Amino acid sequence: MLLTHQLYAAGLLVFALGAITGAACHFWARTASRISTFLCGAALVGALLEAGASIGGLLHSSDVAWAIPSGIPYIAYSVRLDPLSSFFLLALSLLAGAVAVYSVGYLKHGPAGKNPALSGSLLHAMLAGLTLVFTASDVVFFLIAWEIMVVTSYFLVVTNHEAAETRRGGLLYILMSRAGTGMLFVGLLLLARAAGSTDFRAMHGIGDKLPAATGGLAFLLLFLGFGVKAGIIPLHIWLPAAHPVAPSNISALMSGIVIKTGIYGLARVSFDFYGALPAWAGMLVLSIGVISALLGVLYALMEHDLKRLLAYHSIENIGIILMGFGGALLFRSFGHPVLAAIALTAGLFHTLNHGLFKCLLFLGAGSVLHATHTQNMEEMGGLIRRMPATALYFLIGAIAISGLPPLNGFVSEWLTYQAMLAGFGATTELTRAAFPIAGALLALTAALAAACFVKAFGITFLALPRSSQAEAAQEVDLSMRAGMASLALACVLLGLGATWFLPVFDPITQQAFGTGVSASLVSGNGFLLMAGAPVRGTVSTLLLACMLVALSVVPLFLWRMWGRREKRVTGPAWDCGQPGLTADNEYTATAFSKPLRMIFAALFRPRREIQAEFEVSPYYPTSIHFESEIQPAFERHFYDPLLQGILRMARSMKMVQAGSLHAYLAYIFITLILLLVFAVRG
Amino acid sequence: MIGQIALVMVQAALVLLFSPLIAGFGKTLKARLQTRRGPALLQPYRDLYKLLRKGMVIPETASWIFPATPYVLFAATLLAGLLIPTISAQAPLSWIGGVLAVVYLLALGRFFLALGGLDAGSPFGGLGSSREMTISAIAEPALMLAVFTVALGAGSTNLSTMAQAAVGQSWRFLAPSQMLAFAALFIVLIAETGRIPVDNPATHLELTMTHEAMILEYSGPYLALIEWSAWMKQMILMTLLMNVFFPYGLSAGGSAGAMLFSVILFVAKLAILALAVVLVETLNAKLRLFRVPELLAVAFVLSALALISTFLFGGRG
Repeated sequence: MLLTHQLYAAGLLVFALGAITGAACHFWARTASRISTFLCGAALVGALLEAGASIGGLLHSSDVAWAIPSGIPYIAYSVRLDPLSSFFLLALSLLAGAVAVYSVGYLKHGPAGKNPALSGSLLHAMLAGLTLVFTASDVVFFLIAWEIMVVTSYFLVVTNHEAAETRRGGLLYILMSRAGTGMLFVGLLLLARAAGSTDFRAMHGIGDKLPAATGGLAFLLLFLGFGVKAGIIPLHIWLPAAHPVAPSNISALMSGIVIKTGIYGLARVSFDFYGALPAWAGMLVLSIGVISALLGVLYALMEHDLKRLLAYHSIENIGIILMGFGGALLFRSFGHPVLAAIALTAGLFHTLNHGLFKCLLFLGAGSVLHATHTQNMEEMGGLIRRMPATALYFLIGAIAISGLPPLNGFVSEWLTYQAMLAGFGATTELTRAAFPIAGALLALTAALAAACFVKAFGITFLALPRSSQAEAAQEVDLSMRAGMASLALACVLLGLGATWFLPVFDPITQQAFGTGVSASLVSGNGFLLMAGAPVRGTVSTLLLACMLVALSVVPLFLWRMWGRREKRVTGPAWDCGQPGLTADNEYTATAFSKPLRMIFAALFRPRREIQAEFEVSPYYPTSIHFESEIQPAFERHFYDPLLQGILRMARSMKMVQAGSLHAYLAYIFITLILLLVFAVRG
Repeated sequence: MIGQIALVMVQAALVLLFSPLIAGFGKTLKARLQTRRGPALLQPYRDLYKLLRKGMVIPETASWIFPATPYVLFAATLLAGLLIPTISAQAPLSWIGGVLAVVYLLALGRFFLALGGLDAGSPFGGLGSSREMTISAIAEPALMLAVFTVALGAGSTNLSTMAQAAVGQSWRFLAPSQMLAFAALFIVLIAETGRIPVDNPATHLELTMTHEAMILEYSGPYLALIEWSAWMKQMILMTLLMNVFFPYGLSAGGSAGAMLFSVILFVAKLAILALAVVLVETLNAKLRLFRVPELLAVAFVLSALALISTFLFGGRG
């Protein structure tokens, strides 16, 4: 217990010192470029220390906590490592460690390399903020940490602020985050007032003591506030704008762990502050989850900007996580703690898994961007020969995110399916039909994600390079490869060894529902994953993987028996008899997703424009201009009217801001009078 | 343990050796219905032997994904074949993965096959990959919902348990939820195995191909593996459909006579289903690609109805 304290404090200290050192070097010293390697090393050390602290927090049966009084009433700098916090801290430290290793090479010659010391400093500050967000145990302290995290990540997002797109994305991010924080303020204060304390421990189960309407309102506000951060649809629009414009190591952390603060907050509120929420809350979370998952992947399919594609997939995976959470909320309201524990385990496991493979994919995209200087997939291709290691890691990430066996994405999606199936037996009301439907839509989401990653990997890495930059691409340096390799390894290990990892969730579900489920989820000497009654199923990723390896020997054996080995030649691909297939003949990302664009035309409302110039006959055009775009439905039908409304309101409010000092003094006087009246009456 | 391994070997041999016969039977039957003579019943075996002995041409633009694909596809499909109950309700490996694992193993094979299609850089491969991933994606919700409906009735996603739950109830397939789920899965079967009206396995006209376009660059032994995988997949899906809905003759062990009876029934069931598929193929024209979603939407609606009737008529409806 003592060691956990010290590890935690030491890690935080490293982050704080790293932030200060980096800033100092940036402003006062000329050693800025050399310091970045040192800062990345420090970040790795800090991450390892925090990893140790989180493991300590998970192992201890009692919470590891301490507080520094601030001297101000209602504020205490109190920190607590309960199982939920420790789990998210563990996820943070794993990702931060990998990103720190990656950043050594990335900051040295990446586009983020112009202010390496400042980037390193901000990275440390953001990691410190994230650590505090996951561990703060006081409402005000939590909100302070939240703001540190938001502001530092904003500065990191706008690192390349010369581009207008970056500034726009950053602005959208900070604006929506502010709106979210506003809702969090109100929601958390409503709960804190009922508890009479801002301490998280005093707020355990406090939501149930509120009147139903207030409690529901507080939950709604907190769901929306954290939902902005998590990127749920329809509050997602900042995410595909901000994540792609950030430097890739930051994008990786943003999608991997920063948006998970929203998930952490939602888990904290739903399963700690509220001991029982009505069924509508669970239904809301489940439906938003399904919608986010499906629309997220559909929009991802239409992207050919590699990083924006990945950003949309973050929305999809947040949706899958929320399906688990929504299931858990519903099962709790039906009085099935074991099922709720399984659903929560599924959601939390997917949180970690998504962090790992999305971080890996963003780092892979960063390497590609670093090597080709473009994010546009239509200008890539053939990179698997030029960057074999990056391609392999990206492929592992792609298989994992598509939920294919035997990697980690499959395990958490399998658990989500089982939770959805079990939900059917949890109640006799009509609500139960929602679970299999949600499961079927999860299947659609997963299949579309597989299609999307066939596109992402196939167009980016396979076939011929489509541009001279892709032609000249070179493999990234050792540290960047090492950062990706560690995450790829984690994806494989968590997939094959899922059963040995599941006990991590026991203390969390114990705290939330009073029951740990890993014992009932694992059987057969730990090789088998088994979902509880009433719908049982078993799966063993480890044995599936072993069998896959064993069975791929069968073809070799057949070949040896009948085949004749010598006749294997290389030749050109089939070109319909007209020699000279070039990169121009290749399928493009836009073409690949065309069938889905047409099938879901009602959603996308695609618009295309073809202009052909010809001299003699329209059949022999001299040049063709093709333009295709889809309608951003949420921006157009929800945010544009909202923005117009706000602007209209602002214009009408301009009347009271005449610029006259007397008028302003009069306003202050009137306000004072009104307040006095209010105070006297109240 | 030894018995387990023996069972695995027997089932692997069954899936490997029997699947080309079903394909051959289908082709012969289809030719006869169209008053053609058609290829011999055993032609698929000859094709396999021939292809395995041939040399092959690897596209010069291809990477290691191209040669890796046939192995992954073959292993994943064969493994899926070991998870399903065939002549006995107890599949040899059903305990390491249920119906979800079967669906996802097939998806793993398809994932690599689509990458293999893109790897050569020829436009046909990309075209096939794109269409294959699209069709399978929109077939997925119907497939899963129908599977869920059956799983809910059986109380498990484990295929052996699902088949065993059905064994005792001879007339269960007459329940509305079962019939609707069967109809939905039948449509999915047509789509997933690339049959008319979704895809034409016999076509080599570039613009109408789906599966064939994707594997256009493969030749020799690799092509043999891919064709074989496709036949195995067809057999797996057909077996799944028949054994889950009509679990007759799924004796759990028993005497030699009972075993023989099971084998005969198993062959008869697959033959009947093959006849149904061939009838659909013969009586319909291929749909335009963008009409396929409507067909699969029908499948989804059917499985949703199956689910609702489960809800209305109780868990075992």
